[in-house]
Amino acid sequence: MKQDIILAGVGGQGILSIAYVIDNAALADGLFFKQAEVHGMAQRGGAVQSHMRLSSDAIWSDLIPKGEADMILSVEPLEALRYFEYLRPGGIVVTSSTPYRNIPDYPDIDRVLEAVRKAPRSVVVDSEKLAREAGTVKAQNIVLLGAAAGSLILKEASLLATIDALFRGRGAAVLEANLKAFELGKKAALGA
Amino acid sequence: MSHQILLGDEAIALGAVHAGLSAGYSYPGTPASEIMEYLVRLAGETKAFTAVWSVNEKVAYEEALGASFAGKRALVSFKHVGLNVAADPFMNSAVTGANGGLLVVSADDPGMHSSQNEQDSRYYVQFAQIFAYEPSDHQEAYDMAREAFDVSERFGLPVLMRMVTRLAHSRSPVQTREPRGPNELKTGAAKDWTLLPMNARRRFALLLDRQPEMVRFSEESPFNVLKLNESDRSLGVIASGVGYNYFREAMKGEAALPSFLKVSTYPLPESLIRKLVGHVDAVLVIEDGYPFIERQLKGLFGIVGKTVLGKLSGAFPVTGELSPDIVRRALGRDPLPAVAASGLPLSGRPPQLCVGCPHGDTFKALNKALENYPGSNVFSDIGCYTLGALPPYNAVQTCVCMGASVGMARGASDVGLHPVLSVIGDSTFAHSGITPLLGAAFANTDMTVIVLDNATTAMTGGQPSYGTGERLLRIIEGVGVAKEHIRTIEPLPKNHEKNIQVIKEEIDYRGLSVIVAIRECVQETRKKRS
Repeated sequence: MKQDIILAGVGGQGILSIAYVIDNAALADGLFFKQAEVHGMAQRGGAVQSHMRLSSDAIWSDLIPKGEADMILSVEPLEALRYFEYLRPGGIVVTSSTPYRNIPDYPDIDRVLEAVRKAPRSVVVDSEKLAREAGTVKAQNIVLLGAAAGSLILKEASLLATIDALFRGRGAAVLEANLKAFELGKKAALGA
Repeated sequence: MSHQILLGDEAIALGAVHAGLSAGYSYPGTPASEIMEYLVRLAGETKAFTAVWSVNEKVAYEEALGASFAGKRALVSFKHVGLNVAADPFMNSAVTGANGGLLVVSADDPGMHSSQNEQDSRYYVQFAQIFAYEPSDHQEAYDMAREAFDVSERFGLPVLMRMVTRLAHSRSPVQTREPRGPNELKTGAAKDWTLLPMNARRRFALLLDRQPEMVRFSEESPFNVLKLNESDRSLGVIASGVGYNYFREAMKGEAALPSFLKVSTYPLPESLIRKLVGHVDAVLVIEDGYPFIERQLKGLFGIVGKTVLGKLSGAFPVTGELSPDIVRRALGRDPLPAVAASGLPLSGRPPQLCVGCPHGDTFKALNKALENYPGSNVFSDIGCYTLGALPPYNAVQTCVCMGASVGMARGASDVGLHPVLSVIGDSTFAHSGITPLLGAAFANTDMTVIVLDNATTAMTGGQPSYGTGERLLRIIEGVGVAKEHIRTIEPLPKNHEKNIQVIKEEIDYRGLSVIVAIRECVQETRKKRS
């Protein structure tokens, strides 16, 4: 059993928090994992990605080879497209439909979403709307994690326990909003 | 024994702590910063050792060497170019030797994710003639860091650990072991540590004498693994560090592996290399960074009757970071089937200054002030503000190394350029901008230095800065800059016109001026709020 996931987004969107939750859930589930991430200059509003590898067997490379990714999980639709060559035939793209426009030549969003839907399987959720509904627009990353949860090889209870551990210290309202964001994301994926 | 999720950097840090570390020193730099971040956090919790962000890498190295001379175990870490800054004490500490175990961690950045070059720290290892480790995964990073202190104490020499970005910034569980306590204080060996020529000659001869022992130690290290394939002698692989991972990744699903040698320690395990090369017709060398092993293998004349493949032969690109895909191709395996690119042209998304960043306001004022000076040059330094080289600012024309902007500005001014400006952050100024300013102040060089004081080391995540606020102004005055030409501005849109005026006035003054642009980094302000 293995699952290779490209996590994608723009610096500051909370990609590393998604990775944190998956890492800890994987540890709780007794899986091997390696998760390569981007630090430094790119985190300043640039394209960031993390290679997340989960497996019941030992893992060699920290990077996912092209054609091995089972999933692209992106908090931003244009960023999801950047890593298509990593996706295996039959792989799934789970992405937000909310564009992050900090570049002058951002393409037409309809064309971006149309391109996303060319993936073998795709789940597109309006993370901004759902995060607001959950109580904080900052929880878009957790909305996406919720949307991906049904396709992950991790136990949902392990994911929820880590979200709890991650946000508990930031107050009950923040924790509540993130748990709700997860639920809304999950529901949206079922309907997508 | 327990499992902890650690970055490669953190695995080294924890390995060092568990080996009985007494003191760690560093200057921030991607991809090495997380080593000291972790040590500072842990030291804050346990109070069991000292962890310090130093003023620069040379100072960090000297502080660690002093702790080692006092008999304690010490660590110094930095990014690869940080070793250039620390090269003087580094090279000489191979001659003095270490007392308490001394681990030097140098994190290379193949692919230049966040760096000016791709220099390979293994050349420094060879240059200094010391022992070094190159881990391939997190567990090795932890285990090697622990062992490195024993090896350092056994040889009486500093030991280097070569990291690369990919492992430094990858997370995985690490199995930790029972920690041990620190060393006792122990001074001594004055004649070893005082490198007067008569002492240095004796010490250098001793260093050279130790070389065969180090090679033997490398040959016996369990971190180096030799596996020979008796039925297929066509190809052998020598792989080091993350290159080994990519080799194994590419061979997944194959019934048999070619003969291979995993290299994890330096000096190279010569006898193991001879065994492998003797066994096969062709050798493929897989290493992230420069073709360090490949070049030694080939020498000037190659190996008679053998083919050596690697970066020099064209099997891999000479520049950039290795990847599982590149290695797969070099091993002659077809690419995996994959989904085609979407076809939509994807605009790049380069890093940029944060919304509301004070540097942006300074650059706007600077560009405006320079409008009527077509022959100007703005020398920049290293930090977030180097992004001022990109649109929409296009405000600076250089980025070479830490502190370089001040010295380069003086050189350009000396030969007649006007106006000449230097733009340098407060942390970089403290790192190595003060000394060139001292010379420029003595000569009253016709140049204008703009110190961007955002009160932090922002690019690497907000480490402390030693020259900020009032202290910074006193330093500038203290090196001899005339008080009336030390100006301060607050880079905010509302002050735009005023700031242009200040910059213009100081450009028109044909001597040395320093303008300090004071406003806190927006990331730090945000952190304090949350």
